[in-house]
Amino acid sequence: MSDSDFEQIRKAQAERNAITAAKKGSRTFDPATQRADSSTRVRLGDAYGEENGDKFAGYHTSLPAADEDEEMEDVDNSRRLVGQYTATQSQIDEFAHGDGVEEDDILAGRGEKSNRITDRETDYQKRRFDRALTPTRADPFAANRQAGASEDGETYRTVMERRDIEREEERVRRAIEQKAREGSGDDNQPLLKDGADKENDDAGSTEAVAAGRKRKQRWDAAPTPDASGTPAPESKKRSRWDQTPAVGVPAAETKKKSSRWDLAPSATPIGNAGLATPAHSSQTAVLPMTADASSRYMQLSDEELDMMLPGPDEGYQILPFPEGYAPVRAPAHRMMQPPTPATGFMMQDPDSVRLSGQAVPKEIPGVGDLQFFKPEDMAYFGKLTDGADEESLSVEELKERKIMRLLLKVKNGTPPMRKTALRQLTDNARNFGAGPLFNQILPLLMEKTLEDQERHLLVKVIDRILYKLDDLVRPYVHKILVVIEPLLIDQDYYARVEGREIISNLSKAAGLASMISTMRPDIDNADEYVRNTTARAFAVVASALGIPALLPFLQAVCRSKKSWQARHTGVKIVQQIPILMGCAVLPHLKKLVDCIGPNLNDEQTKVRTVTSLAIAALAEASNPYGIESFDEILNPLWTGARKQRGKGLAGFLKAVGYIIPLMDEEYANYYTGQIMEILLREFASPDEEMKKVVLKVISQCAATDGVTASYLKKEVLDEFFKSFWVRRNAGDKRTYRPVVETTVDLGQKVGVSEILGRIVNNLKDESEAYRKMTMETIEKIVASLGAADIDERLETRLIDGILHAFQEQTVEDIIMLNGFGSVVNALGARCKPYLPQIASTILWRLNNKSPTVRQQAADLISRIAMVMQQCGEDGLMGKLGLVLYEYLGEEYPEVLGSILGALRSIVTVVGISQMKPPIKDLLPRLTPILRNRHEKVQENTIDLVGRIADRGPESVNAREWMRICFELLDMLKAHKKGIRRAANNTFGFIAKAIGPQDVLATLLNNLRVQERQSRVNTAVAIGIVAETCAPFTVLPALMNEYRVPELNVQNGVLKSLSFLFEYIGEMAKDYVYAVTPLLEDALIDRDQVHRQTAASVVKHIALGVVGLGCEDAMVHLLNLLYPNLFETSPHVIDRIVEAIEAIRMAVGPGLVLNYVWAGLFHPARKVRTPYWRLYNDAYVQAADAMVPYYPNLVENGIDRGELAIVL
Amino acid sequence: MADKLRTQQELERLQAKYIGTGHPDTTSWEWKTNIQRDTSASIVGHPPLLGLVALAQNEPTAKVRARLIRSMIQPAGPPPAREGDE
Repeated sequence: MSDSDFEQIRKAQAERNAITAAKKGSRTFDPATQRADSSTRVRLGDAYGEENGDKFAGYHTSLPAADEDEEMEDVDNSRRLVGQYTATQSQIDEFAHGDGVEEDDILAGRGEKSNRITDRETDYQKRRFDRALTPTRADPFAANRQAGASEDGETYRTVMERRDIEREEERVRRAIEQKAREGSGDDNQPLLKDGADKENDDAGSTEAVAAGRKRKQRWDAAPTPDASGTPAPESKKRSRWDQTPAVGVPAAETKKKSSRWDLAPSATPIGNAGLATPAHSSQTAVLPMTADASSRYMQLSDEELDMMLPGPDEGYQILPFPEGYAPVRAPAHRMMQPPTPATGFMMQDPDSVRLSGQAVPKEIPGVGDLQFFKPEDMAYFGKLTDGADEESLSVEELKERKIMRLLLKVKNGTPPMRKTALRQLTDNARNFGAGPLFNQILPLLMEKTLEDQERHLLVKVIDRILYKLDDLVRPYVHKILVVIEPLLIDQDYYARVEGREIISNLSKAAGLASMISTMRPDIDNADEYVRNTTARAFAVVASALGIPALLPFLQAVCRSKKSWQARHTGVKIVQQIPILMGCAVLPHLKKLVDCIGPNLNDEQTKVRTVTSLAIAALAEASNPYGIESFDEILNPLWTGARKQRGKGLAGFLKAVGYIIPLMDEEYANYYTGQIMEILLREFASPDEEMKKVVLKVISQCAATDGVTASYLKKEVLDEFFKSFWVRRNAGDKRTYRPVVETTVDLGQKVGVSEILGRIVNNLKDESEAYRKMTMETIEKIVASLGAADIDERLETRLIDGILHAFQEQTVEDIIMLNGFGSVVNALGARCKPYLPQIASTILWRLNNKSPTVRQQAADLISRIAMVMQQCGEDGLMGKLGLVLYEYLGEEYPEVLGSILGALRSIVTVVGISQMKPPIKDLLPRLTPILRNRHEKVQENTIDLVGRIADRGPESVNAREWMRICFELLDMLKAHKKGIRRAANNTFGFIAKAIGPQDVLATLLNNLRVQERQSRVNTAVAIGIVAETCAPFTVLPALMNEYRVPELNVQNGVLKSLSFLFEYIGEMAKDYVYAVTPLLEDALIDRDQVHRQTAASVVKHIALGVVGLGCEDAMVHLLNLLYPNLFETSPHVIDRIVEAIEAIRMAVGPGLVLNYVWAGLFHPARKVRTPYWRLYNDAYVQAADAMVPYYPNLVENGIDRGELAIVL
Repeated sequence: MADKLRTQQELERLQAKYIGTGHPDTTSWEWKTNIQRDTSASIVGHPPLLGLVALAQNEPTAKVRARLIRSMIQPAGPPPAREGDE
């Protein structure tokens, strides 16, 4: 395009712009957005200091206006004789803003970013705190049933009874609430059946007390009827203290009560009936008296006593403790006793012992320095600080302390401490016993202030000890499940994986029978949370022990007549199994479907819904196989879908949506027709969930072969666009995504133009979110299907719309950029008529005030440069190139990076010679930019420079290239690997352009620097230079450098050699004998890093010369390498073994194995170990080739006569 | 230490995949057994070599093959009694 054309277009644009600008609110060509001052712009001449600019730039050109304070700020201009001393401005500011005091956001640690697990949890997940660590269970499957230890747990029967009672309780509570609501206080009717129940009620509430769950029946909680203001019939009777104990209280009862002591002390609720949620002690500690809940009544410290009481100087004496006196130490649970809510005011005295957190010791005796110690830890590990005499303790107590110490080390210690402690715990797990271990670990996991890292470590401990304890864990399975199950519904993926692993290990250790009997009572628990987590845990058990093992149980549960909760949970387990195992369910698909099939017609809606969801999950996992397994349930499913409404329908539709893709064409077509009616009806549904399901089903139907494009066009599209392509959906993230995806899926079937024709006008919609949604859809469709389908009319509308949407964006969005790029690239040469318009938009936006706009414009150039080339718009690209060049003074690094990227793409497509501005002008401007520390800038500059060095090095003189070399050295220590790699490659190109001598000298000098990273990269660069300029230009200088008696340099040389031989590969055969003496010297050096690096050189040489002779040199090097076999440092020995293996490749296994036979059965294990390592490596790589070389063992009875046959 | 555990696991994996690999506690009987089996397997696995052996022994290849395969059962004799087994 000639300049006159360009000018013409510009003029036309200016007119258009004037018109658009006249329209109100348009941002398209709003001059207000343009940068007035283009001080960062550098005209082509400026770089060479041409005198065309304002030489007063940077000075004030006028006297200051009234805005600023003209007086000098620091001068006191009053007429006082005495100097006024006042606080400095910074101090005043500090007081004004409360810098560092009030500004500290106490909530800063909360929310998404917080380490504390509880802070991120949803209310539902927090319900885990409602669960209690149940008493230890008996182990009915123990090998020796008489074993006393396992017998004193709860039996299955008691647990089941307790569950029944809990359910009954729940029912009664509901009944009471109901009655209270109705207001009919029928006092005479007893709500409990008999006294025996009451006994067990207490057992139940034992758990409740420990759990902190607010049970209505508990003595210390206000019964609901009270709360609602009506008298509570019978409720008084339930309180524990006024109840006459039933005659013949079973002995087990007392035992159960006693179990309360070993339960999680943390969860003990505070007996303040007025509080809705019992606050946890660690949370009440808001005042600085953090250390312990009762710190108001904290003991006086020695210092305080000294201050208060007269001392020895007044004739008093401090007596020692009498013989045999033991201070009363508050046991852990006592610390949890209800603290009086802290009230009143307290002076913040930093010197006070009480406030300085003295109660939290810095160091726990026998543990050493910890990373941290939280006040909450005191409740668990406080015992360690009491300074009791270890000798006076019983074995059990000692063991307990030992475990405590180890756990503390694992939880709070430094990594090395943690490692050893973890190993000790693992190794001694069986000695400690399951009980003492779990009684300490599990309460820790229930702690509310637990952080991710701590939880991870504790879970790791459990995982390790599970292995060791094996079936000893059985009595504790339920306790472990209570703390581990919540992990299964954590938001964090890794937590979920961890939870699954533990449960699967647990089920392997405890066995199926034991798992089922432990978890069975939870299946119909009254609490939905418990059932949900149990179902997930059961699915994990199924995946660990195999589905067939669990199937009979599942069948029984899914058909339970007793409670719908059990059926619900059973189906839920079946739903979770495919989610967990994926296509591994296929062999058992039929049985699983049969198992839950009848539940589609359950009388409970919830069960029906979860059944349909389970079927959906099974179908999704088994896609595209297994339709035959679903045959049975197709009919109930489809008839069910007709009958259902609301949430139930959503589930059924989902199941249908997942089954249709499994069917063959004919059936899919038929069933889609059947279901479409319902889908079309539900298009209008206001329910979010339903919308999502409908969209999903539509895209699944559209994707099946049986559903034709014409059918979709006729029946679906109109309705679909009418109901879903509305602005409201664009604003909501939850509908935005599925609508876009479904539209794209429909587009795959009906074609680009059909969809685009309907939505292209939305690009000019006034709602930005809607435009964005349209753009994203267009981008996805065009990117996958191309633009061949688009006719000329649509093409004009499309480009017009895209330009409009692009210019009107208020927030620069990657979606707009991608959409623009994809469409232009898809249209290709058809873009030609629009390019001037696009280019002028880009130019206009490149001068925008906002950096993000400029960045986006530059990014757009890189996307469409290729198309501009195809359209033959070289002149236009030259213009763009010049403008970009002018903007190289850009101060925002992100923008500068994009500008450089745009320049690079232009250089790439137009070529070095045609480039405008000419390379000889461009490159000197790039040299200073190389010094920019921003990664994006670095990456793009180095890429551009590298390209120039590769394609057109002659356009710049050698001196300039050397300058660039020096700048590049700094890049060798960049953090980003891409930058380092690009810098290394550029060294190669430059060396090729100006000859290796100068570059090599620079690089060799750089070997002397201190930084390791830099040296390593220099070594790589030398290797690359050698590769590009032939090794003989580099090797002499490099080997000469080895004579420098400095370790770093010699190592650097060896490293360079290593890279060099890695890169040159087979060329090495000409240089082997040249470097051998050097390697000899290196391999017998005292320094082991030296030998290690030399070994890696040997490795690369040997691998290069495989099959090319040089065996003599290789064997020589092997002789020097071999004594290093007994190195113990992992890096060194790895390199040595690798080198020996490489030599084995070069000279064949026979020769090298002769060295190995000697040590395979050496009396010393230290010798055998590395020899077997060599043997194994050889065996894995060349077992067959070793056959002829095995030693002759005829006298040992091994006759391999076949090998001796000669014909 | 964890490193040691890892090498141990790696070795176990290796051994599960390649029976012929060994470790410092491999007995010479195990090693000899493996050598003999590898040799027989190698001959059986290379038809030209099998043909050569068959020709030299003047037997049909199938017979030599069967004999070689059969010879893989305890080629180095029965396992030596372990010390603790008495």
